[in-house]
Amino acid sequence: MKQFQYVKPTSLQATLDVIGKPGSKIIAGGTNLIDLMKRGVTAPDKLVDINHLGVVNHVSLRAITATKSGLSIGTLALNSVVSENDMVVQRQPLLAMALKAGASPQLRNMATVGGNMMQRTRCGYFYDTTMPCNKRVPGTGCGAIEGVNRMHAIFGASPQCIAVHPSDMCVALAALDATVIIAGKKGERHIPFTAFHRLPGEHPELDNTLAKDELILGIEIPDNNFAKNSYYLKIRDRQSYAFALVSVAAALEIDNGLIKNARLAMGGVAHKPWRLFDAEKSLVGKPATEESFAHAAQLAMLGAKGYVNNSFKLKLAPATITEALKHAAGLV
Amino acid sequence: MESKKPCSGPDEGLDVKDSSRRNFLKQSTLLTAVALTPGTAIKAAASHVDEQIAAVFEKMPLKMQVNGRQQNLSVEPRSTLLDILREQLDLTGTKKGCDHGQCGACTVHVDGHRINSCLTLGIMMNGKKITTIEGLANGDKLHPMQEAFIKHDGFQCGYCTPGQIMSAVACIREGHANSEHEIREYMSGNICRCGAYPNIVNAIQEVKDGGMAV
Repeated sequence: MKQFQYVKPTSLQATLDVIGKPGSKIIAGGTNLIDLMKRGVTAPDKLVDINHLGVVNHVSLRAITATKSGLSIGTLALNSVVSENDMVVQRQPLLAMALKAGASPQLRNMATVGGNMMQRTRCGYFYDTTMPCNKRVPGTGCGAIEGVNRMHAIFGASPQCIAVHPSDMCVALAALDATVIIAGKKGERHIPFTAFHRLPGEHPELDNTLAKDELILGIEIPDNNFAKNSYYLKIRDRQSYAFALVSVAAALEIDNGLIKNARLAMGGVAHKPWRLFDAEKSLVGKPATEESFAHAAQLAMLGAKGYVNNSFKLKLAPATITEALKHAAGLV
Repeated sequence: MESKKPCSGPDEGLDVKDSSRRNFLKQSTLLTAVALTPGTAIKAAASHVDEQIAAVFEKMPLKMQVNGRQQNLSVEPRSTLLDILREQLDLTGTKKGCDHGQCGACTVHVDGHRINSCLTLGIMMNGKKITTIEGLANGDKLHPMQEAFIKHDGFQCGYCTPGQIMSAVACIREGHANSEHEIREYMSGNICRCGAYPNIVNAIQEVKDGGMAV
């Protein structure tokens, strides 16, 4: 690992001053960053440890608090703590399920909410510094498009990049209409979770819309009526501790057997958590049956494109959507 | 600085056993020094004082408690907790498996919680309490989980065992050892290539069912 300077600012202002400078990188849990630094994928000159920030704008960056309209979760809250938190488990079980489907207990004890959002793709070409990768070194090409692309995207890819975002937590947060709270030098801004990550387009080096001199403060999840009928289904190569081939976050509000409201998002299929708006709409007013779910799943697959090794996802994804909805509706 | 250790520990003056690693670090610190101050560094290299320059630029104080004993160290920011435990404190029970957070061989407890020490920067452990496999036994009396692993033959080659045991203790403390299914899920961050999983699960279940304090 290349040498770097280590700093630990204790105020928001000092943090924003230092993170905007070229060569600096934020470290929180470090579970992804240290791995990337060991492999030479990234080599910051300066690591900015934000664990000493504590309270920012009167909010503890580790806290999970109930607000008038939902739950507020600080950027430094650990994945393990969030997944076991009583309020999260009772009010947003989809988030708890998604978190527990990710990584290992040890990693969840280190990984933070903000860090989970900022994790990089696990595309093998991104990780292998001897290979071309437009995300790692813009302009070098994409090794995956005509290479080994079993884990890769079937939605929203570009000729520059077909990598997927690896997070489970983010899939649930995209489905739950969460808001991201971001601090910058001009103050705070709040954006929908679905607008945080981006598609690769011409700039696959950018995973998200966060500016270099901005810091994630936390997320807010609005209250909803999905707690009784939520399910996170993750399909992977082994039963636990592996990245998703396909995952589905499904949340339903069912009244007398009819679907009043639905939320659906997929992981492992795109450069960002892939929200299924059309499929959600198609479910509203329909009976909570396998037939309705299968129809929604077919709608969700419009525009999907497979590559040499990952075309199996074109069948696996709709089957996973249907199965996740069946679990959410209590049919399984 | 008297010590020739790349990362000086509390036991100054100990011989460094791994000279190839030392030389590699020496070269890499020299390269850094050359990049920073060419004239001085080249002069320094000739008189073998490049490590002094490196120390000024690279080392930071680290105070942490390891297995109940306070350690005041000087470390490079890039040193992982795993490397500090093994190389500076000679606590080689904690194993380096994959070194990328995929196998769990490096599992230790920080303030009572299990983490992967290979993905943890030592410098971020200031003020923390670390427990390694060496700190689990009470004197000559093994921890119940260590006893159970022996009784149930919870290993073959033994390389993953320290990590498995640290994880197993945490698994029970967290309240995630209530069924075979739950144990397997919450032990999934510890890989055993010999495949001793059934025996590991049996060991954990015995300690859990025995209601012993862990």
